[in-house]
Amino acid sequence: MTLPMTPQPGALDGEHDLVQLLAPDGTRRHDPRYPLEVDHAQLEGWYRDLVLARRIDTEAFALQRHGELGLWPPALGQEAAQIGSGRALRDQDFVFPTYRQHGVAYCRGIDPALLLGVFRGTELGGWDPQEYRYALPQIIIGAQTLHATGYAMGLLLDGAVGHGDAERDTAAIAYLGDGATSQGDVAEAFVWAASYQAPVVFFCENNQYAISVPLERQTRVPIAQRAAGFGFEGVRVDGNDVLACYAVTRAALDAARQGFGPTLIEAVTYRVGAHTTSDDPTRYREDAETEAWRAKDPIDRVRIHLQRAGSDAAFFASVEAEADQLGAHLREVCGRLPEPDLVGLFDHVYTDVPEELARQRDDAIAWQATDEGGDR
Amino acid sequence: MPEFCLPDVGEGLTEADIVTWRVAEGDEVRVNDVLVDIETAKSIVELPSPLAGTVGALLAAEGDTVRVGAPIVRIETADTAEEAAPRTAVLVGYGPRDEKAGGRRRRRAGRVAEPVPSAEPEHTASVVALAKPPVRKFAKDHGVDLRAISPADPSGIVTRTDVENELRRTAAPAPAERPAVVGVAEERRVPIAGVRKHTAEAMVESAFTAPHVTEWITVDVSATMELLDQLRADRAFADVKVTATVLVAKAVCLALRRTPDLHARWDGEAGEIVFPAHVGLGVAAATDRGLLVPVVPQADVLPLPELAREIATLVRTAREGSLQPEHMTGGTFTITNVGVFGVDAGTPILNPGQSGILAVGSVERRPWVDEEDRIVPRWITTLACSFDHRVVDGEQGSRFLADVASLLRDPSRAMMF
Repeated sequence: MTLPMTPQPGALDGEHDLVQLLAPDGTRRHDPRYPLEVDHAQLEGWYRDLVLARRIDTEAFALQRHGELGLWPPALGQEAAQIGSGRALRDQDFVFPTYRQHGVAYCRGIDPALLLGVFRGTELGGWDPQEYRYALPQIIIGAQTLHATGYAMGLLLDGAVGHGDAERDTAAIAYLGDGATSQGDVAEAFVWAASYQAPVVFFCENNQYAISVPLERQTRVPIAQRAAGFGFEGVRVDGNDVLACYAVTRAALDAARQGFGPTLIEAVTYRVGAHTTSDDPTRYREDAETEAWRAKDPIDRVRIHLQRAGSDAAFFASVEAEADQLGAHLREVCGRLPEPDLVGLFDHVYTDVPEELARQRDDAIAWQATDEGGDR
Repeated sequence: MPEFCLPDVGEGLTEADIVTWRVAEGDEVRVNDVLVDIETAKSIVELPSPLAGTVGALLAAEGDTVRVGAPIVRIETADTAEEAAPRTAVLVGYGPRDEKAGGRRRRRAGRVAEPVPSAEPEHTASVVALAKPPVRKFAKDHGVDLRAISPADPSGIVTRTDVENELRRTAAPAPAERPAVVGVAEERRVPIAGVRKHTAEAMVESAFTAPHVTEWITVDVSATMELLDQLRADRAFADVKVTATVLVAKAVCLALRRTPDLHARWDGEAGEIVFPAHVGLGVAAATDRGLLVPVVPQADVLPLPELAREIATLVRTAREGSLQPEHMTGGTFTITNVGVFGVDAGTPILNPGQSGILAVGSVERRPWVDEEDRIVPRWITTLACSFDHRVVDGEQGSRFLADVASLLRDPSRAMMF
């Protein structure tokens, strides 16, 4: 059988028609479609963001290996996609993330330690989504694209779009992975967002793998091309380039806020680590592939650029020290996350607790009281 | 001194093997320095240190299988005096099954470390041993004092296995005195783990579940060997080496058409015998990690070159150690080529859940009596087929084996199938 089961070599490669403003060797590039001026202090700030985002991730990964967390989904290598897009958001915009956008949560001002509770099994959420305009992480693959689209349709009904007012115009952004693009939910979200011209940006972190399934099994064309079929714009951006991710996301959010409808951004990046702490990527991919992507590291290129532009050793040392502090903070908070109270299960379901449920709750309380040395 | 207990690094694991210690007693470690590599059922994982300080004691040796929750290393921290040990961290979210009766949860033991399953555990001294009622009865019936048993589980709960081990220990005769033998190396002890462990469990399960019958046939396969030579010259096989195993595989698929009973499955729970739609052909492969049986799905519908390629790819993948679990499931019948080891035949044990397995012996030049009563040198091999007598009667088993043999004796008979 000679049916071509995989796309032509190169068809899904990252170099083709990719927006890139900072090359892996630290060279600044320019793209007439996405003009961007960044001053030195701002770029130092983003470097700091990238390093801290990476530390959140590696520290939480270690906490899982310490036995402090049940699970952790690493974002190693995807920091630029998260920081670049996260920093393009305005306060009033609303984020619908997956379980991997630790860097975006950080950009929204959420204490990274709050991310740990769900993965320790002590929290059902961790923060008030309204306070940070950042929804709770969606575990169901792709479902958040519908939530974001629904929210964006609500923004239309509220008239929160198209006033030319930076404080008032609002957009929603949904994060998704390459695997999610095969989900029906995502196709539905694209259809609705397009037909209503809803102010939503679909930010796909294409990290090349859906757990163990490579991109070639999700699509025969670059993911960004799919948008054309639904009737909106798709953009491919170097997902390891914080400047390009910022510029492209900013443009897409602006378009959404102005009433020009959705955009699909495909940030081409790579999941350097495992899918989660329970996964072993050596079973389904070659080390050489991972090494090739390490050479495109999102942090290295910013550091090289900053060094050339005059950032001194003291700056880099101070960022490193701050990362160490953040690591210690995560370990410390994780160690004292409160154990959940079983009885709390019954508290937030019904306004008026039905008799049957009340009986179950009383049984639970009685059962808890039989615990040896109950310290509650 | 704070202890680091083996965490559950993979959502529901109950144990792991210690592979390599990266630190030794007396070493200074910082937080997140790698302490040890462990191998779980899923992968090899590095464990970083949760503490900074000096390694006081390694509590498990390389090669040991350790239960989740058992301490593996002691680390002396700068402020050990203030009991800086973090709370017992394992079992967050998932963790090992809590093997105890009733609904009572075990409270984590305050700031005290988990009990150490050392030589003289403290439970020995406890007045009341912890055990489920059926275990208590079992122990009582056999005259075993639960308090005298050191449970294997770090939770301190005595299981039925513990009681059985105690019975075995007390029943075993004292080892006889043997004169010392000079010059003989010491016996070697290899932990039972990984593929070896799984093979053992599968073989025991199979041998004591399915009543095995084995039949033998010795057959002249000279015609098959000639066919092999022809096929190797054929362009369809330019990129793959066609082997005797491939032709045996084809013969098995054809014979299963006439006698599908040999790959029917005994479903005791449903009270049914299940006849699969296609042949999932397992091909046993000896690898560095032990015996692995990758499966060619729908082998019965594959043209011969495809079959050859599938088998070659799977066996190579098995030898490289990168078989995925799904490559080893879905088998309905297995072929094992024991001939590669130079032996004539053997009685194969069924893969659990399957009803037939064929062992192929070495193919050798042997004297053979031809149709005209002359003794001639021919290529001879022995086939041995084991089947589950619950599913397959002697009639079907014999017909199947005779069919495979006749196809190998005269491959043109394939036209008949």
